[in-house]
Amino acid sequence: MTSTRWIEYLCFLAIVVALALPVGLYLARVAQRRRTFLDPLLRPIESVLYRLLGVRPQEEMTAGVYIACFLLFGAGCAILLFLLLIFQRALSGGPADGYLTTSMTPDLAANTAVSFTTTTTWQAYAGENTLRYLTQVFGLVAQNFLAGAAGLAAGFAFIRGIARERSATIGNFWVDLIRSLLWVLLPLTLVGSLLLVWQGVPLNMAPYTFVHTIEGGTQIIAQGPVATLEFIKNLGTNGGGFFNANGAHPYANPTPFTNFLGMLAIAVLPASLMITFGYMTHRPRAGWTLLLVMIALFMVGLIVCDWAESQPPPQLAGLHIIGGNMEGKEVRFGVGESVLTAIVTSNTSTGSYNSMHDSFQPLGVLPPLVFMLLGEVVFGGLGAGVYSIVMAALVGVFLGGLMVGRTPEYLGKKIGSSETRWIALYALLTPMVVLVLTGIAVVASAGRAGLVTNTGPHGFTEILFAYASCMANNGQAMAGLNANSVFYNITTMIAMLAGRFGLAALALALAGRFAAQRRLPTTVGTLPSDTPTFGGLVFGTIVLVGALCFFPALALGPIVEFLRH
Amino acid sequence: MRDSSEPARRTVSSVFPEAPRAQLSAQLRPAILCTLVLTLLTGCVFPLLLFAIGRPLFPRQAGGSLLTRGEAVIGSELIGQQFFRPEYFQSRPSAAGNGYDGTSSGGTNLGPNNPKLRDGAADFPGIRQLAEDYRQRNGLASDALIPIDAVTRSGSGLDPDITPENAALQVPRVARARGMNEDEVWLLVATHTQEPQFGFLGNPRVSVLELNLALDGAP
Repeated sequence: MTSTRWIEYLCFLAIVVALALPVGLYLARVAQRRRTFLDPLLRPIESVLYRLLGVRPQEEMTAGVYIACFLLFGAGCAILLFLLLIFQRALSGGPADGYLTTSMTPDLAANTAVSFTTTTTWQAYAGENTLRYLTQVFGLVAQNFLAGAAGLAAGFAFIRGIARERSATIGNFWVDLIRSLLWVLLPLTLVGSLLLVWQGVPLNMAPYTFVHTIEGGTQIIAQGPVATLEFIKNLGTNGGGFFNANGAHPYANPTPFTNFLGMLAIAVLPASLMITFGYMTHRPRAGWTLLLVMIALFMVGLIVCDWAESQPPPQLAGLHIIGGNMEGKEVRFGVGESVLTAIVTSNTSTGSYNSMHDSFQPLGVLPPLVFMLLGEVVFGGLGAGVYSIVMAALVGVFLGGLMVGRTPEYLGKKIGSSETRWIALYALLTPMVVLVLTGIAVVASAGRAGLVTNTGPHGFTEILFAYASCMANNGQAMAGLNANSVFYNITTMIAMLAGRFGLAALALALAGRFAAQRRLPTTVGTLPSDTPTFGGLVFGTIVLVGALCFFPALALGPIVEFLRH
Repeated sequence: MRDSSEPARRTVSSVFPEAPRAQLSAQLRPAILCTLVLTLLTGCVFPLLLFAIGRPLFPRQAGGSLLTRGEAVIGSELIGQQFFRPEYFQSRPSAAGNGYDGTSSGGTNLGPNNPKLRDGAADFPGIRQLAEDYRQRNGLASDALIPIDAVTRSGSGLDPDITPENAALQVPRVARARGMNEDEVWLLVATHTQEPQFGFLGNPRVSVLELNLALDGAP
């Protein structure tokens, strides 16, 4: 059993690495507006869209204007989605009103609107008893595309900032957005969604099915245009599912193959962006180095989580039960695909879990939680992953520079005092937001009121997990926490906004500064950025800074739960 | 020092400073139009395209893989059902509504160290109770080993599958209740066991509803 799980894990990583080079080079062509094989079909659509939308594609933006466009677009999408959610009862079509038992309060609508426009897709509701089919398609499917494409655009702009020299600009947001949609997300999603339908994911607008079971009982089965959402939720690194159980639901994720495909959809683009990064900055080996750091971190998380979940649960000792922890897991995925999915989704700000993390062992839930707290440096969100890992590398460069007493530089860009300020702010934002909000929630009675399923250290972990997830724009939950309250809807919304727009603005502002610099020549005194030593430095920095920020909080949650039992 | 040695690699970006600069005040119009038009493109055009291609290609799957007997829908291939009678194989315990509620997917979300998970509560049988029930129903000794999927609730509450080990322990009971030869039941279990997909994805599994339908169809 162990060997079959590891065959699957290693196949997954092998495919991701094998695809990274071709896909990374393709993404670079998209970013640099060079010719691709899709041009005959897409160029005409692109130019029509530019004319229709009033976009002047030849114009370039400064970092400030780029950030403003990123914010404006996010705000526009959030407002549109908010209005749609508030007035969704007026939409025709299924499901019937009787099934919509969760009311769309203004705080839940605002939380959901922000959640889907920040790629978080934190869901404080259950899809099958809250939303109309048309809300899911016109609201959520659209936002899965748009927020994903906006993230990819920001990633492109960040790479340009490091690639350029003596440039006042870092690209055009609207061009990046539209090209990401047309050349990357839409075509891949069309193919991927059809594969999902082939495997059994429903694609209908039918009312919920009334079933006479073969024992003479009745069962009502939720239906819907599930396939429109289930592929782009992964490809756009969003993760919010059509149904409450998300990727565990047999309609959302009917076979091991759909699950594996979904994991590839999540990881391949962010991994490939490291190759895009290396290629566009003319330092391909630097891109591979960062990708290998990601894979090393990934393996550590996978080994810990796999070990914790494949043991027979110690809590059930003496009951004569055999097998790994299957509470909250599906038989078709078993421990293997559940663990792989937990690690992939927690790493990539996607959150399309296929097993209930609340029922994971303390050491099983630790890797997903840590990966979110580290700021999604492994693969990371679509586009956002590039600046997550590069920012971590910059902290490493800075620390390394302090140790050897040289002015730190990365890929020929000098890290002076003002650059250091942006980097430090970026590195501190996640711990500040997550720890402060967790502290408030633990102290406030409204926060503790959410602990309706579990208490003690496990309850604390649920709260920490919720804010880590929202700050990382991940969206997965330890779902025992009852998060549909005014308190959680507002506080998680703050974390989502900070995690999306706060971090992107800081990263792009830094990219603007780098673009304006000239590139320093490589000398014998330059710290090489493409050696195993540098990889080790980045790895060590991520682990060390993460531990310094979060060890006390983790000790109160999963670690004490593990030690106490 | 560094002014004297120009970097060997001049980047392509030296053309960009001459490109026209976008003004902030001119971005409001594209922001509003992009929000509306791109929402239409991805929220209307894309789904319509997918419906237009996907439904004719895969009509059964698009409709939810429903199984019918005569006029009536008797279930979906993909969604688990609850079985109580001894002549049917039984699905895993479920936390969806009152059990296999297709409108209320979800798991228990109980932490592994939550005493309720092992020992249960007033209206909630814990794993200890579920294991006792399982052994009693299938006539097993009180210390017989049972596979964990038989006594744990799935993430969706709609898990259609059980492990082959779980099915195996139910075979004698089902055969007895049906007055069938055990070997015939074994054969049906074997033919309804799905191996890992493409040889390496997932675990072997038995779809309970399909197996029970096959039992009903057996002579």
